[in-house]
Amino acid sequence: MKGAIVVDIEKCKGCEVCRVACPNDVIAMAHEVNHKGYHYAFQEHQEDCVGCANCAVVCPDGVITVYKIKLSD
Amino acid sequence: MDIKDIIKPENLVYQKTPLMTDKPLSYCPGCGHGTAHRILMEVIEEMGIQSETIGVAPVGCSVLAYDFMNVDMVGASHGRAPAVATGIKRCWPEKFVYTYQGDGDLAAIGTAETIHACNRGENITIIFINNGIYGMTGGQMAPTTLKGMKTSTSPYGRDIETMGNPLKMTELVAQLPGTCYVTRQSVHSPRNVRRAKKAIRTAFESQKGKKGTSLVEIVSNCNSGWKLEPVAANDWMVENMFPFFPLGDIKVDGKLVNNQ
Repeated sequence: MKGAIVVDIEKCKGCEVCRVACPNDVIAMAHEVNHKGYHYAFQEHQEDCVGCANCAVVCPDGVITVYKIKLSD
Repeated sequence: MDIKDIIKPENLVYQKTPLMTDKPLSYCPGCGHGTAHRILMEVIEEMGIQSETIGVAPVGCSVLAYDFMNVDMVGASHGRAPAVATGIKRCWPEKFVYTYQGDGDLAAIGTAETIHACNRGENITIIFINNGIYGMTGGQMAPTTLKGMKTSTSPYGRDIETMGNPLKMTELVAQLPGTCYVTRQSVHSPRNVRRAKKAIRTAFESQKGKKGTSLVEIVSNCNSGWKLEPVAANDWMVENMFPFFPLGDIKVDGKLVNNQ
């Protein structure tokens, strides 16, 4: 299982609730800020993402979109 | 594997429901209101009742809920949402009617409306966001403020002798014969969000079955009012709010759950 998330950077308020909810520590907060001045969330370790959608489920602002692919091995 | 191979429409597993508008939410970072809004709209989307639903917005932080929820909505005066919802439901018994209220709205100024709507067994769904504080007006003490909790109007902590006891509205209305489904949930972790969503679904299903009033309390945070960072506020909520406001079903199908 491989996953990826897309964060709507401009709407992210940097609350870090998604970072805590991620079971694989995929998410980190960016050093840069968006136009509102928030350190937005981004995928620091994309290779560890399994697409569980926990981050998107707890995101208060609904800024995370989750994609998942099943690897055939 | 390249990230571009994963981010394709056919691999999509979760995105914000179209029943939430694209307007950025007016809530503070990490506020549970946003999550509660979204799961409520997801339930309405899953039931396919968008055009059959009328919401009643309260006064409080969520006063602008009608800007974010893409369903028909009415703004009620402070605390009067259950009364307005009663009127709407009696005019259109086939429509789904819900109110979305905070604790200052539902448990303080709207106590009478809430209790009487529940006692009459109005066939509406009440979503009650409890963060133990008046968030919008600057963190004043609310009826649900915990014992010893510091707010801007109880700077030395809530003193039970002079300020009274915190009010458990949900347990109170569960005693009334008009209520069908009464539960307390939270939205601070993925597991709790999924449970809360299930509870809201059950509440709307009870309304569909014309079983009586359903009330879903969502214990939430107020990091601005509590003067904590969002994640710390969630931890504080788990440590302090949940012992007094325990999560779980209180009344199911018109019967009190035994552990209450």
